[in-house]
Amino acid sequence: MKNKNTLGNHTSNFMKYRYLLKELVNKNIKLQYRDSVLGVFWTFLQPLLNMIVLSLVFNNLFGKDNSKVVNYPVYLLCGRLMFEFFTKSTKKAMKSIRSHAGIIKKVYVPKYIYPVSSVLSTFVTSMVSLLVLVFVVAFFNIAKINPIDITWRVIFVLVPILIVFVLSLGVSMILATADVFFKDVENIYDVFTTLLFYLTPIVYHPDRLGFAEGSFMSYVIKLNPLGGIVGMFRACVIWGNDFIQYWDFGQMYYCIGFSVVTLIIGFVLFYKNQDKFILHI
Amino acid sequence: MANYAIDVDHVSMMFNLNSDGVDSAKEYLVKAAKKELRYTNFWALKDVSFKVKKGDRMGVMGFNGAGKSTLLKVIAGVLKPTFGSVNVSGVIAPMLELGAGFDSNYSGKENIFLYAATMGFPRSFIEEKYDEIVEFSELGQFINAPLKSYSSGMKSRLGFAIATSVKPDVLILDEVLSVGDAAFREKSERRIENMMGDGVTVLYVSHSTDRVRRICNKAIILTKGQLVANGEADDICKLYKEMVSQK
Repeated sequence: MKNKNTLGNHTSNFMKYRYLLKELVNKNIKLQYRDSVLGVFWTFLQPLLNMIVLSLVFNNLFGKDNSKVVNYPVYLLCGRLMFEFFTKSTKKAMKSIRSHAGIIKKVYVPKYIYPVSSVLSTFVTSMVSLLVLVFVVAFFNIAKINPIDITWRVIFVLVPILIVFVLSLGVSMILATADVFFKDVENIYDVFTTLLFYLTPIVYHPDRLGFAEGSFMSYVIKLNPLGGIVGMFRACVIWGNDFIQYWDFGQMYYCIGFSVVTLIIGFVLFYKNQDKFILHI
Repeated sequence: MANYAIDVDHVSMMFNLNSDGVDSAKEYLVKAAKKELRYTNFWALKDVSFKVKKGDRMGVMGFNGAGKSTLLKVIAGVLKPTFGSVNVSGVIAPMLELGAGFDSNYSGKENIFLYAATMGFPRSFIEEKYDEIVEFSELGQFINAPLKSYSSGMKSRLGFAIATSVKPDVLILDEVLSVGDAAFREKSERRIENMMGDGVTVLYVSHSTDRVRRICNKAIILTKGQLVANGEADDICKLYKEMVSQK
């Protein structure tokens, strides 16, 4: 039977349904911008416009110290792109089991395919959004306003991108499971992401918060793995050859550990409960 | 084993009635605090055993709430039985009724590929069948329109066309042929008859003894989760008619 828990069975099962995974990722991407006039351009426009708004709002408040923040719009965009990938993918994956209830009730499908395809499709659109960052950096460099020295070391952005992917996948599995049993999760998570936005150094620089070393809030900021991820991403983009000075290895190990543990918890929780999903959706 | 397409072995399915209704955390906590989370056990299926030979067309009959849908879900692998086991050899294609499993924002064409992938078929496989599906479903130019603009008849025609075109080993039809006009119904029945020549096993759920007799050669009756009759379609249909008149 198809439900035996051996690794070989899981692999052959996955191979059988890899077409479905591909179709679902395609579907999510295609449907996201269908019926909108500008279509896929929103992938670029949305983060760009958002960056402009946030720059106008926060630039004068936080952006004056150039030793910490070389170029505020770029600083902002880096943080937001990472943060948006995390929140968009987890929010989508959270609802994925419920939104595919019709098919789950009728056909046997490995259920993890739905949250995983949500994360993957958001990952693809987020990677396309990264082009905005390229354009914005190019704009500042050509206009010679706070130019940014991009070197080959920018390739290290792959490290935080990989970490945030693992983290999002883990959180997605937990949320997708929880949402099946309690729909309240959707409301709670909505509020939580707003809180998370302010706990992550996106619009501000972490050193400028002014929390005393060892105070409660300084720990909260430090323990948020998204802070570390955003920090690493920025170090690669903004600091070019000097990025290693701004790269916090302690934070990196913490983020990797946190993400991997979350992923394991997510999949175990999902697997333990997936047979009960159908009774609740 | 090899001669049987479906082997249902002492299957029982239990539901917790109360827990099904609790879907908010508040409700759960309040009820847990009041110790009201008592579950009444409800047995939707009680020790059901039967086998379906390859190429047989089995009619599944029973009154509302007899456990027909639960049985189909267990066979399709969607529900895990509380006790017992089900063995199905080959690919099962459930016919999705009235848009379940279809994406309403997707066009008919895109839904064909999505549906096939859901059953584990690659895109190249279904591309070969594409023209046949469009032709059989009689959708014509509407195949590129989003599914939300389809009528219920169009949706079920499309569903039937896909499910039968992929040549599954086991086809599950849950009261579907009642949708669609008489001409399409006739066409569908002919198609099912043609499929039996290919050794396709069909599970057909219906309340209509006429249709079961036309399509199936074997039939079973379920009453309150128990298998009460299993045999040739003609005999079982007679028995079912008697049960209906006694009720």
